[in-house]
Amino acid sequence: MAEHTPLFMIENLHAGIEGKEILRGVNLVIERGEIHALMGPNGSGKSTLAYVIAGHPNYEVYEGRILYKGENVLELPPDERARMGMFLAFQYPTAIPGVTMANFLRLAVNSVRKARYGEDKALTPREFRRLLREKLEMLRMDETFASRYLNEGFSGGEKKRAEILQMAMLEPEFAVLDETDSGLDIDALRTVADGVNQLFNPNMALLVITHYQRILNYIRPHYVHVMLDGKIAISGGPELAEELEEKGYDWVKAQYAEAAS
Amino acid sequence: MATPEVELKRLGSEYAEKYGFRDPEQYVFKARKGLDREVVEQISWIKNEPDWMREFRLKALEYFLRRPMPTWGADLSELNFDEIVYYIKPTERQGSSWDELPEHIRRTFDRLGIPEAERKFLAGVGAQYESEVVYHSLREELKRLGVIFVDMDTAVREYPDLVKQYFGTIVPPNDNKFAALNSAVWSGGSFVYVPEGVRVEVPLQAYFRINAENVGQFERTLIIVEPGAYVHYVEGCTAPIYSAASLHSAVVEIIVKEGARCRYTTIQNWSKNVYNLVTKRAAAYRDATMEWVDGNLGSKVTMKYPAVWLMEPGARGEVLSVAFAGDGQHQDAGGKMVHVAPYTSSQIISKSISKGTGRASYRGLVKVHRGAHHVRANVVCDALLLDEQSRTDTYPYMEIEEEQVSIGHEATVSKVAEEQLFYLQSRGLTEAEAMSMIVNGFIEPITKELPLEYAVELNRLIALEMEGSVG
Ligand SMILES: Nc1ncnc2c1ncn2[C@@H]1O[C@H](COP(=O)(O)OP(=O)(O)OP(=O)(O)O)[C@@H](O)[C@H]1O
Ligand SMILES: [Mg+2]
Repeated sequence: MAEHTPLFMIENLHAGIEGKEILRGVNLVIERGEIHALMGPNGSGKSTLAYVIAGHPNYEVYEGRILYKGENVLELPPDERARMGMFLAFQYPTAIPGVTMANFLRLAVNSVRKARYGEDKALTPREFRRLLREKLEMLRMDETFASRYLNEGFSGGEKKRAEILQMAMLEPEFAVLDETDSGLDIDALRTVADGVNQLFNPNMALLVITHYQRILNYIRPHYVHVMLDGKIAISGGPELAEELEEKGYDWVKAQYAEAAS
Repeated sequence: MATPEVELKRLGSEYAEKYGFRDPEQYVFKARKGLDREVVEQISWIKNEPDWMREFRLKALEYFLRRPMPTWGADLSELNFDEIVYYIKPTERQGSSWDELPEHIRRTFDRLGIPEAERKFLAGVGAQYESEVVYHSLREELKRLGVIFVDMDTAVREYPDLVKQYFGTIVPPNDNKFAALNSAVWSGGSFVYVPEGVRVEVPLQAYFRINAENVGQFERTLIIVEPGAYVHYVEGCTAPIYSAASLHSAVVEIIVKEGARCRYTTIQNWSKNVYNLVTKRAAAYRDATMEWVDGNLGSKVTMKYPAVWLMEPGARGEVLSVAFAGDGQHQDAGGKMVHVAPYTSSQIISKSISKGTGRASYRGLVKVHRGAHHVRANVVCDALLLDEQSRTDTYPYMEIEEEQVSIGHEATVSKVAEEQLFYLQSRGLTEAEAMSMIVNGFIEPITKELPLEYAVELNRLIALEMEGSVG
């Protein structure tokens, strides 16, 4: 029998920036159809992990592998990872002045579609507009967003919605959502979470980075991990998130310190 | 504006293939190298010009010879006037249909897409090959309205009164060394006359093509927009790639009368062996509007500062300038606004991009004469550097002789942020695609002013520059 290949797997990942090690041995296995939540105190390395997964050129990898569909993606530039079906919703999305959302998305969607489904699978301008309108509607975003410059002058919440809009357009198989919930008002959180749930299917997987239990009430994770000081300190089921919400991180830290000593 | 699928992938074909091809030299007449009285007289003789024009040329030649080479701008020290051929007559006569042109010239313009553009979205076309305009057309309905769009040589013959009245009045032959040179050896270019109240809603386009090596092209353009009229004139240009330098030195003079509006758009895409030293100036009268939209992508060296003289109250001038300096290029571009009258306004927006050893400079002047009160002038120059090596300079001159004026000036220099590149790449765009998208976004305030076809063209040319530059 052929050996089973998980959709996504991190093995003993050590990474950092400018010689400073931030991730200190991360291990993680994510199967298709799974939603994983990643929690942990500020500065513990969650966004760093997200960036390294996506291939940010400023971060250095000292050791370990990241396997997506069995292939080590660490050698690949970020655009190739995206064209293989990986996606990152940024904690702090960047503004690109003068580039409209629609023009940007059309190029992005079509390069990803061509790479994943074949050269002839690019959308015609008409198909593209229809799809964009549909996804804007799903996320209850005004149609004018299509003609606005990418993230420029977007409110905090609008930026987060726009990230999920991009995810909806690009149909990734593996997506990391880095604090997509922070900055969203209560209604927006619900809309965005509903959107993510609609996009989710058994063939894909999600890694949801968050500080709050609330979003996990909508996007139900199968597993919850806590990152401490660049490592996954503890993993559990959805009940772990509730426990953290209630008790904070101190007990994890204490438990972890004990285990480590 | 709509960036199309940018078709970046297919753009691996570089300038060489798209524009840089050359035809065999087949000419009716080619002057010998170098410039003196004899060459000027020869040009005038071949053109069978009236005496006043021959005298005008000879006088200008004296100015040219007397004036020193300007040293305040780009480096012109390698430009050797003795090595250049100043006049080439490519065909016996001009065609009014493409079929009348010699096969190789027709093919050239076909490849450059001019006949197709003419069919699709132009009201008239002039095509210049070396020193002469080989093709000219204007829609019948515009002819009936009294619009004139012919090459400058034809204008001298057929509209001598109009030409005599305005030729050399906006840019006098002794204005600067290169205006003097052009005045001495000019050939080709456009003459446009738009009668009072006539609005030419679709653009007129001229296309300039240099084919031979070591030649100079010196077209001369004169545009007269009568009161209340409107015209948009567009010029494009390309040349084959040679190692030896060629010279393009044009003079453009424009008169925009009361309540009229003129827009002049340039997409300059000379090959990187061309010195492009151009004098462009307009006079705008009461409530008139003059707009220069200037895109400089090609050439080895460009020195060009389109100017508007604001002659009467209510006149408005605008320069929108985009310069892209790739490896080995120096774009010294900008604009000049001269406020002669009170209650006039002007705006210069310059966006420059430098890559590798390329250098883009903004050089501009806002001058407000004494008595020109209640003037509003605004200058914005933004520079974008694509890498560590590239450089940019800003020379914003202000000469303000009046107190009651409002003058604004902003300048920014930015680098393409790694975060922006990463963000776009994380969505599946290659580095080159991400880079051109950022650059196209940077110049968007200008491309959005262009008709779609030209905006697309400009973005496409930038994508072309970006290919092979990264990764
Ligand atoms: N570019 C950088 N230069 C220097 N230090 C960095 C850089 N990026 C991250 N760090 C450091 O790495 C550590 C981890 O940061 P990271 O952003 O990954 O934390 P996080 O878990 O996402 O925190 P938060 O919950 O606040 O978003 C922090 O101490 C941070 O200061
Ligand atoms: Mg973070």
